[in-house]
Amino acid sequence: MISRRDFLSAGTALAGLLAASGTGLAQAIGGQLTQNDLLKFGRIGTFTILHITDIHAQLNPLYFREPSINLGVGDARGVPPHLTDIAFLNYFNIKPGTRDAYALTSEDFTALARSYGRMGGADRIATLIKAIRAERGADKVLLLDGGDGLQGSWSSLQTKGEDMVRVFAALGLDAMVGHWEFTYGAERVMAIKEKAPFAFLAQNIRSVEWQEPVFDAVKTFEKGGAKIAVIGQAFPRTPISNPRWMIPDWEFGIREEEMQKQVDAARAGGADVVVLLSHNGFDVDRKMASRVKGIDVILTAHTHDALPAATEVGRTLLIATGSHGKFLSRLDLDVQDKKVTGYRFQLIPVFSDVIAPDPEMAKLVADIRAPYAKDLAREVGRAESLLYRRGNFNGTFDDMICDALLKERDAEIALSPGFRWGGTLLPGDPITFETISNATAITYPACYRNTMTGKQLKDILEDVADNIFHPDPYFQGGGDMVRVGGVGYAIDVSKGVGQRISDLTFLKTGKPLEADKTYTVAGWASVAQNVEGPPIWEVVERYVAGAKTVKITPNASVKVTGA
Amino acid sequence: MTLHVDAPLFATRRRALQLAGVAALAAVLAPRMSLATEAQVAEEMKKLFGSKAMDEGKVKLDVPEIAENGLVVPINIDVDSPMTDADFVKSVHVFADGNPLPQVVTYHFTPESGKASASTRMRLAQTQNVIAVAEMSSGALFSTRAQVKVTIGGCGG
Repeated sequence: MISRRDFLSAGTALAGLLAASGTGLAQAIGGQLTQNDLLKFGRIGTFTILHITDIHAQLNPLYFREPSINLGVGDARGVPPHLTDIAFLNYFNIKPGTRDAYALTSEDFTALARSYGRMGGADRIATLIKAIRAERGADKVLLLDGGDGLQGSWSSLQTKGEDMVRVFAALGLDAMVGHWEFTYGAERVMAIKEKAPFAFLAQNIRSVEWQEPVFDAVKTFEKGGAKIAVIGQAFPRTPISNPRWMIPDWEFGIREEEMQKQVDAARAGGADVVVLLSHNGFDVDRKMASRVKGIDVILTAHTHDALPAATEVGRTLLIATGSHGKFLSRLDLDVQDKKVTGYRFQLIPVFSDVIAPDPEMAKLVADIRAPYAKDLAREVGRAESLLYRRGNFNGTFDDMICDALLKERDAEIALSPGFRWGGTLLPGDPITFETISNATAITYPACYRNTMTGKQLKDILEDVADNIFHPDPYFQGGGDMVRVGGVGYAIDVSKGVGQRISDLTFLKTGKPLEADKTYTVAGWASVAQNVEGPPIWEVVERYVAGAKTVKITPNASVKVTGA
Repeated sequence: MTLHVDAPLFATRRRALQLAGVAALAAVLAPRMSLATEAQVAEEMKKLFGSKAMDEGKVKLDVPEIAENGLVVPINIDVDSPMTDADFVKSVHVFADGNPLPQVVTYHFTPESGKASASTRMRLAQTQNVIAVAEMSSGALFSTRAQVKVTIGGCGG
């Protein structure tokens, strides 16, 4: 295992390379990485954009393993962000074993996580943001959140996102967009929109009945003398991916033409810079950048990609800031004669061990968590192997959830949603109630138990697969593949709808799944209304408490081809 | 604004939306029957238009890539035309190649319509193509198509 000291010096060497190329992560100069190294930046611009996104209400530092499988299809095949591990490191010229490799990939994750520690934390992010505001002057800094900030933890679920609204207000957030926020229901989202001291933007939500905008599409800011129009884009597939009955009067969609109109109107209104604060997901944003003219910057979100360089599509810059508070993006733009003439970008990794917690934010976080502290700390069992979620197919944390569903709900087959959020546990880490809730805290948690035929199951897998692997990103639904327990299958991601899944195997017998035969299936996070069953966190807690230690060997029952 | 429609008369856009889905009512009320195929749509078209050639362009069909609610999928149609006595859109026919009845609705226009545009909602039972064909006063035909995906949803994260 690499020592902490080696690790830090390796990071230093890398920093030189990236500095020369003009893009990259925050750079460490000298031996020990410091907070100041993380904040070092090239030439300042006319103004600075700070971007956070997909924090999923993680107030404290945590481990989050990036995916080892993140396949791109169509035009996205084999290009960032659809590169993992060594391919990713090679593409961005990052050495394996370095702190940047740890932050950005799953390569040697356990060892590097022990060396380099947890990432994120609202108090660390606050320190970085305050320092940049102090350096630049608050009148030159715009702070934007790309959505999925208000959901994903026990305290956010209990307060319906109020905990994170308080954190964002304390950070001095200027604007946000939404996705999981909508799972608190329309009324709650409207209350947040009305009360919050920052803008909640969405150009792509209309009332079903009158087709009228529900939210402001755009807000204009003046920073460093430049006029910046920020257009918001909610996750276009929210009513499909999440329960529509919670937002029955709203219609979403990509609404590309309306986006073009918003951009044109912003320019006509005198905007020097047009920023799209988007929750489209990276591939949708890349396509949108190639079709909608006049967007200077797209701050991407949803797909949780962290990229150490801006992606240029024509004259549009795409920024990908990762998730769970692991990164803060800083983008400085030069504006001359009402045009963007240059930029410097830095993906700043929030290494919690080298950043001093901001005392005010640390106090706010402690206050927010106090009512739940006892529940959160409750140790239920222990991880004996790495437990993670993110990846196109099964993650070990999801395998544990599927095992819990099979055992506690006495089912033959388990289905668990392909969410991309939830922390990672290292071997030996306690499984606390908090770590369980970090992967399960949703407003539709009921564990159903019913029967399905083999054909129905295949249809579900095909449908979800098409949501991920449709070659046109505008037809993708988001999320990773539904996790399956008790069943193995083969998938050819290059095939068309209905043609990808084969070799469905009922693992209990090792025999093929029969199309007409009925199986008992347990699952959770159904988008249907009035689903009955215990909440998923109870089911998982019961299972872990019974098992005491959880050891998951990587799932070998899903065979992937066509990548 | 549309003046004459085979299905309901849509006086205003709001009224049109209140009546949303009426055009697809036949499909809703029909007993379970086999779904149409692309070949059946071709046959329907042949009945209406004979073997006259169809051009692309002029017709703008606005449908969601993925239906949020397959029971009431919004469609918007706009046809590029000066709408003068000499040159106007006579009618627009909408087909869906995966519904029990492939011909969904026909809109009729006159030069007095001002513009050839219409909106409604339709039921789509499964992923399929929606096809719009505009018949011009000259007899020329223009068509366009778009796929609408109907999915079970869920699992988004």
